[in-house]
Amino acid sequence: MSDTNAPRSKTDLFVSFTLLALQGFGGVLAVVQRELVEKKKWLTQDEFIEDWAVAQILPGPNVVNLSLMLGGRHFGLLGALAALSGLLLAPTVLVLLLAAAVAGIADTPIAQGMLRGMGAVAAGLIAAVGIKLVIALKNNPMGRLTCIAIGTLTFIAIGLLRLPLAWVLLTLGPLASVWAAHCIKQQGTT
Amino acid sequence: MSITLTLADWGSLFLHFISLSLLAVGGAITTAPDIHRYLVDETHWLTDTQFTSSIALAQGAPGPNVMFIALMGWNVGLNAGGGLAAGWPAVALALWGVLITMVGILIPSCTLTFVATQWAHHNRDMLAVKAFKSGMAPLVIALLIATGWLLTGNHENPTRDWPLWVLAGATTLIVWKTKTHLLLLLGFGAVLGALGWI
Repeated sequence: MSDTNAPRSKTDLFVSFTLLALQGFGGVLAVVQRELVEKKKWLTQDEFIEDWAVAQILPGPNVVNLSLMLGGRHFGLLGALAALSGLLLAPTVLVLLLAAAVAGIADTPIAQGMLRGMGAVAAGLIAAVGIKLVIALKNNPMGRLTCIAIGTLTFIAIGLLRLPLAWVLLTLGPLASVWAAHCIKQQGTT
Repeated sequence: MSITLTLADWGSLFLHFISLSLLAVGGAITTAPDIHRYLVDETHWLTDTQFTSSIALAQGAPGPNVMFIALMGWNVGLNAGGGLAAGWPAVALALWGVLITMVGILIPSCTLTFVATQWAHHNRDMLAVKAFKSGMAPLVIALLIATGWLLTGNHENPTRDWPLWVLAGATTLIVWKTKTHLLLLLGFGAVLGALGWI
């Protein structure tokens, strides 16, 4: 992992997560991969997917979980708190100011239109992050075909059949993990 | 709208968000239906409009989606203080509401995440940890794509909503293939929406 960096200090964590949060309109998910993997290089694509899986499966906001993981890994509890407060502090102040300012106009057609437009862009951003990460599956011990099959099943279950997330994660997740364990063991013995 | 909250009411508000925290698998937004039941239907501490515009505003402002919880707390406090017109005492109560709801929704899940992930990181060479991460990878990627799909697809009227799909699809392509700044894209979407083209 020669081309990865690490956060330099707790201040670095705080500032980086503040900047990341302030770019995240309609949720931070879309910018988090670009900032942490492509720009900061604090994580490789593979590491990002692994950490994102954990952040996703634990309760709580995904990006909040990711900030705690990254901060905690490099600087312990204080690092986790630095990253978390960076992520939340400035956006909280901003959103409250905004709420006070637009108390009357949030329901006007123009404001609603802007929200619709930004919502569609945000949806596209998130889908693009997913598509970019598909490439990183080539290093997966289960092999690419199995990964694509699992991914397709997940998409059908969530995107088309609209099954509850918990069901899908609790059925497909353990199955995939057991199969991954089997594949890792096989690779270890050959 | 004006309401009166006793100390016990603030306590139960705090406990409600504490109890929701560990149920928020897949993001805080998954608790929105239950918050609606509690704050709008049951206690009448929020109006329906306040609830909906809190979510819309949090979507439109920078920051994680969980900000909508802060806005719920803000509005409950504001209502308890007699509305923004009542001046600084109302603002103080509103900030108190933000603190109660945000700390409540965050403390349990953050504690669990911190402890669990520190453990997993120290045991990262264990087969179970490795297998979990590799096994979950394709699911997670598919979930991201499905989220994008669902965010676009909750508009049910194709003859009216096709521009939304075109915009989302074009955004996907642009982000995938180029390094265009994301704020530029969001601004573009906002302008198209404001003009009424979306």
